[in-house]
Amino acid sequence: MEAGTLAAGHKPTLGERFSNAVNRFNEAPYVVKAGLGVFLLDLVLVVADRWPDSFGEWILLLAIFAVTVAAMVPFEARPAAIAAVVLGNVVAVLILYHGLHDVAQRGVNGLSLGAIYALGAVGLTLVYGILKLVNFAHGDFLTFGAYMAYLVNVTWELPLVFGIVFAILTTALLGISLEKVMWAPMRRRGAGMLQLLLISIGLAFVIRYGIQFIWGTELRQLDVNRTATVSFLDLRIGRTQLIVIIVGFVTLVATGLGLRLTMLGKQMRALSDNLDLAETSGINTSRVILYTWLFAAGLAGLAGVFAGAITQLQPELGFELLLPIFAAVVLGGIGNAFGALTAGIVLGVVIEWSTLFIASGLKLAVGFIILIIVLIIRPEGIFGQARTV
Amino acid sequence: MIEPLTIPVGVTLEAFTDIDFWTSVGIFAGIYTIFALGLQLNVGFTGIQNFGQAGFMAIGAYTMAILTAEEGMNFWLTLPISVLVTIAFGLLVGLPSLRLRADYFAIATIAFAEAIRLIALNARELTNGAQGIFGFDDSWDSISESIEDFIVDLGWTAVPSLFPLFLVTWGIAVLLMFTLTRVQGTPWGRVLRAIREDEDAARALGKNAFSYKLQSLAIAATIGAVAGWLLAIQLAFVVPDEFQPVVTFIGYVVLVLGGLANYWGVAVGAIILWTVLEGLRFLELPISETKIAALRFIIVGLVLIGLMAFRPQGVFGKREEMVLGD
Repeated sequence: MEAGTLAAGHKPTLGERFSNAVNRFNEAPYVVKAGLGVFLLDLVLVVADRWPDSFGEWILLLAIFAVTVAAMVPFEARPAAIAAVVLGNVVAVLILYHGLHDVAQRGVNGLSLGAIYALGAVGLTLVYGILKLVNFAHGDFLTFGAYMAYLVNVTWELPLVFGIVFAILTTALLGISLEKVMWAPMRRRGAGMLQLLLISIGLAFVIRYGIQFIWGTELRQLDVNRTATVSFLDLRIGRTQLIVIIVGFVTLVATGLGLRLTMLGKQMRALSDNLDLAETSGINTSRVILYTWLFAAGLAGLAGVFAGAITQLQPELGFELLLPIFAAVVLGGIGNAFGALTAGIVLGVVIEWSTLFIASGLKLAVGFIILIIVLIIRPEGIFGQARTV
Repeated sequence: MIEPLTIPVGVTLEAFTDIDFWTSVGIFAGIYTIFALGLQLNVGFTGIQNFGQAGFMAIGAYTMAILTAEEGMNFWLTLPISVLVTIAFGLLVGLPSLRLRADYFAIATIAFAEAIRLIALNARELTNGAQGIFGFDDSWDSISESIEDFIVDLGWTAVPSLFPLFLVTWGIAVLLMFTLTRVQGTPWGRVLRAIREDEDAARALGKNAFSYKLQSLAIAATIGAVAGWLLAIQLAFVVPDEFQPVVTFIGYVVLVLGGLANYWGVAVGAIILWTVLEGLRFLELPISETKIAALRFIIVGLVLIGLMAFRPQGVFGKREEMVLGD
C-alpha cells in the first residue's frame, strides 16, 4: 500500500504526477494558456487540411494566430467571449483556405441542423438542470414526433402543418404522461442519478422499438418538396431547409423571450438554478416541472419533424441526434437554456464547416471531440457559471 | 418428424433443441458476461459510470483484426499488443474525464465510444469502413479444430462447430469472475469500494482516489478488449455496426439484471437475458421478423425500467452495496 499523501518522503504516483502537472498548467499565466490552446487548434486545422503552400499563406496564418491570441487577452474569465474569438479564428483559417463563398455556403447548410440541435437541446437542458435527469430517451421523443407527423401527413394525407401541430401536441402529452406515471414517483422514492439514467435508457428502448414495431425499419419520407432550392447572394439552399431554419429560429427566439419575460419562464430558470430555493420562495414546483416537460417534449417533437423533413424517417432518427444535442447541452452549461440554444446553432454550423477539410462521415465525430475537449477544459460549459463539476 | 405448430401462438419444439443454435447463443451470453464484468468493476465496485465500454471493445477487436489481417502479424502476438493499445485509450479517456462529475463522465465516455465507431466507419484505409475486416481467424480455426478433435476422441462425435469457442469463452469468463472476486478482497479491491462509498473519506485516508479510478477503468477497458476479440472470432468479421452504444446499454441491462457489486451475478444476468431474447425467436407469433426483433428490445427496455423502479440492486445484488441510490 502506498503511504499517505502528506507523509514525508512520499513518492508521487503516476496519477498524482498527472494531477500536479494539470495544476501547474492551470497556474500558468493566462496568455500562455491561451497561446498554447490556439496554437494546438490551428495546428490541428492545418494538419487535417493541408500545410500552407505559399509564403503569403504562412504569413496570413501566423497573423490569424497572433490576432486571435491578442484578441483573447482582454477576455480572461469570460469564456463565452473566448469561445467567440476561437470561433473567429476557425472561420478565418477556413476562409483563408477555402474562400468566403464555400465557408458561407457550408455555414448556411449547417443552420438547419443547428436549429434542430437547438430545439432539442433547450428542453433537454431544462429537464437535466431541474430534475438532474440525464434523459437518454430525449432523442426518441424526436423520433416519436417525426412519426406522429408522418401519421398525419402521409397516412391521413393532411398538410404537413397539421402534422407539425399534431406532433408537438402528442409528444408534449407523452412527456407529461411519463412525468406523471414514472419520473415523479421515482423522484419521490429518492432515485439516484444512475438509476434515473438507466430508466431513461429503458424508456428509449421502449419508444424506439415500439416505433419499429409499428412502422418497421424502412426509410420513410414526409410529403415535402425535396428538390426546390432558393438562391440568394450566390448561396443556394433547399426550400425545406430554409423553412426549417426560419420556423426553427422564430420558435427559438420565442422560446428565449418566453424564458426571459414570462413568469413561467422565470420560474423554470429558477428551478433549474436551485430547486430547493425555488420551492422555498413559494414557486409551485410540481406545476412548473409539468410545464417544463410539456415545453421540452413539445420542442423535441417539433425538432423531430424538422429532422424527418430534411432527412428521412427511421426508428434511430432521434437517437442519432441525441449525442450532438447532449454536446450542445454541455457546451451551453447544463440547465442553461440560452446557452443550449446558442450552442446548438453554433455546433450545427461548426459540424458542417468541418466537412470542408475532413470526410463528411466524420463530421459528428468532430462534434464529440469538441464535447470532450470542452468537458476537459471547462466542464461547466461555455455559458455556465463555475460550480462544482 | 414433428410438424411445425400452426396455431397462431406456439413454440416450435424442434428448434428449441437445436444444439448449434444454443451453442451460438451461449457464446453471445459468455461474451456479454465478459463485457459486463468490466462494467461491474467500474460501476459496481468503483462507482464510476463507464458508458464507453463498446468503444474499448471496438479498439481491442480492431487492433487485433488490423494487425493480423492487414499487417500479417502473428495472431497471438496481436493480443498483448491490442491490450496495450486499449489500456492506452483507457488512460487517454480516463486522465482528463475521471476528474469530472459522474454524469459528465457518462456523457464523455459515450461520446468517446461514438467517436471511435465513426472513425472506424470512415477511416477506410485502416478499417475498410462499413465492409469491415475478414480473415484474421486462421490461427483460431486450427486451435478450434484441435479442441474439436480432442472432444471427439473423448467420445462425443456430434460436436457443434462452435463448441470450442463456447468452451474458451466461458473458460475466460469463469476465470475472470474468479480472479475479480478474489481481487475484490485484496486491499486494492477494498480501496475501490471505499472510493465508491465515499471518495473524500478514502482521500482523507491518504488513498489517491484518482489513480485507483484510472486503474479500474484501464482494467475494465482490457476486459472489454477481450470481449471484442471473442466477438470478432464468433462473427468472423469486425464491422463498426457491432459497436453501437446499444451494446453498452445491453451490458448495463446484464449488469443490473445480475445485480450490482456481484461478479457471478453478471453471468446469471447474461444467461437470463440471452435465453429470453433468443428464446423469443421460437414463439410463433402471427407477426413479421422485424416486429419480433422490435418486441425483444421492447421487453429489454421494460425489464430495465422495472428493475430500476422496483429492485434497483438487481436480482442478486446486495442492498447494502447498492450504488444507485446516491
